[in-house]
Amino acid sequence: MFDWLFVDEWFPKFDWRWDYTWEILPRLIEATGNTLIAAAVGYLIALVLGLVFALAQRSQSRVLTFVVREFVEFVRSTPLLLQIFFIFYVGPQFGITLSPWVSGMIAIGLHYSCYLSEVYRGGLDSVPKGQWEAAIALNMTTAQTYRRLIIPQAIPPAIPGLGNYLIGIFKDTPMLSVIGVAELVHTANAIGSETWRYLEAYTIVGLIFLALSLPAAVIIRAFEGFVRRKLGM
Amino acid sequence: MSYFEFLSLYWPRLMSGASVTIAQFLLGAILTAGLALVFGLMKMSSNRAVKGSAVVYIEVFRGTSLLVQLYWIFFVLPLFGLTLEKFTAGWVAIGLNAGAYGAELVRGGIMAVPKGQWEATTAINMSPARRMRRIILPQALVNMLPAWGNLMVEILKGTALVSLISVADLMFQAKQTNASTYLSAQIFGTALIIYYMLARFLLTPFMRWLEGFMARKLGRA
Repeated sequence: MFDWLFVDEWFPKFDWRWDYTWEILPRLIEATGNTLIAAAVGYLIALVLGLVFALAQRSQSRVLTFVVREFVEFVRSTPLLLQIFFIFYVGPQFGITLSPWVSGMIAIGLHYSCYLSEVYRGGLDSVPKGQWEAAIALNMTTAQTYRRLIIPQAIPPAIPGLGNYLIGIFKDTPMLSVIGVAELVHTANAIGSETWRYLEAYTIVGLIFLALSLPAAVIIRAFEGFVRRKLGM
Repeated sequence: MSYFEFLSLYWPRLMSGASVTIAQFLLGAILTAGLALVFGLMKMSSNRAVKGSAVVYIEVFRGTSLLVQLYWIFFVLPLFGLTLEKFTAGWVAIGLNAGAYGAELVRGGIMAVPKGQWEATTAINMSPARRMRRIILPQALVNMLPAWGNLMVEILKGTALVSLISVADLMFQAKQTNASTYLSAQIFGTALIIYYMLARFLLTPFMRWLEGFMARKLGRA
């Protein structure tokens, strides 16, 4: 029906091959699993480390606050790709060899923890001062106050910001391909170099990313709305 | 080899890489600004075809990875008869990607202009084009400039990906030097510091200055 669209003069080398598509699809679907695992693990690291960084910036120690603040700024303004290379190659120079997966997860987790710490910071700042005064009146320690009063109140308003970075981390996982983590782009590269056909592999990878990130965005937006309603915002 | 010997040996190489990075950044940023303005306005159109094509552009480029887009433009687009040289493919991919994020900023900035401003232009019988250019866009620009500061840093960081299609930028030179010397900490550390300097001491101050400058122009400072 649409044969007239694919005249040779228009698309000289454009020939989508369906048999080839079905042949490579299982490999790409398997790699999708790795991409999702990488995103999930990286995000978990970032969630925990981000909170640590946010709390460290509120510490009494001026030095600690300054060092963490500058570190966060540094990581946020340098490319993730370079950080991945740095972590992967610098370790062996000092006798610590990390596998691609481990160094990739450290790099991506560290990178995003710096973004998430900013989101947490906003949440922590939004907790009213009276909560602190009440905690002092009740003779709670600082650790207790954070754990039982401040953090539980700081997380819900931070959720919308946190959700966006989950999609962000998912879209940044292809950078892990450069150190050999077998995620989607790495697999597509491998397929491309085996057969010299890039059209199908890269196009499918793009479609897989779209098919996952668009619904994820919708779900996160719905969840945001749910949290906001629960909070009466 | 001490760090200073290392630096004197490889500094020219890093600088040539940095200049390619800056060129990629500038071209990418210009394309981003253009695409963002066009598609941001298109997304606000009441014509469904115009609005729909803007939505498709924004969702496709925001929904996939920059790296996938870059590879697609470099490896697959030639099959459609459109071959881009690697340097061009680099900044075009960056611009297309960031333009989608920028379009949303443009839309947000325009929507944040108070309704009274629109009503006033109608009251004095301004044409829609003139209203946009003289009244709405300048105010929208001031509204969205802080967010553009962040996007500019993202663009600068995004340029590192062009090294993967062997554009000889800072990232690429660092990788090459690492492969021949194995001085990973020195070379990647120096490259990180150069990127940081560019972002923190050139780009961010410039965007801050621009924010202040535009706000003063509107008499808001």
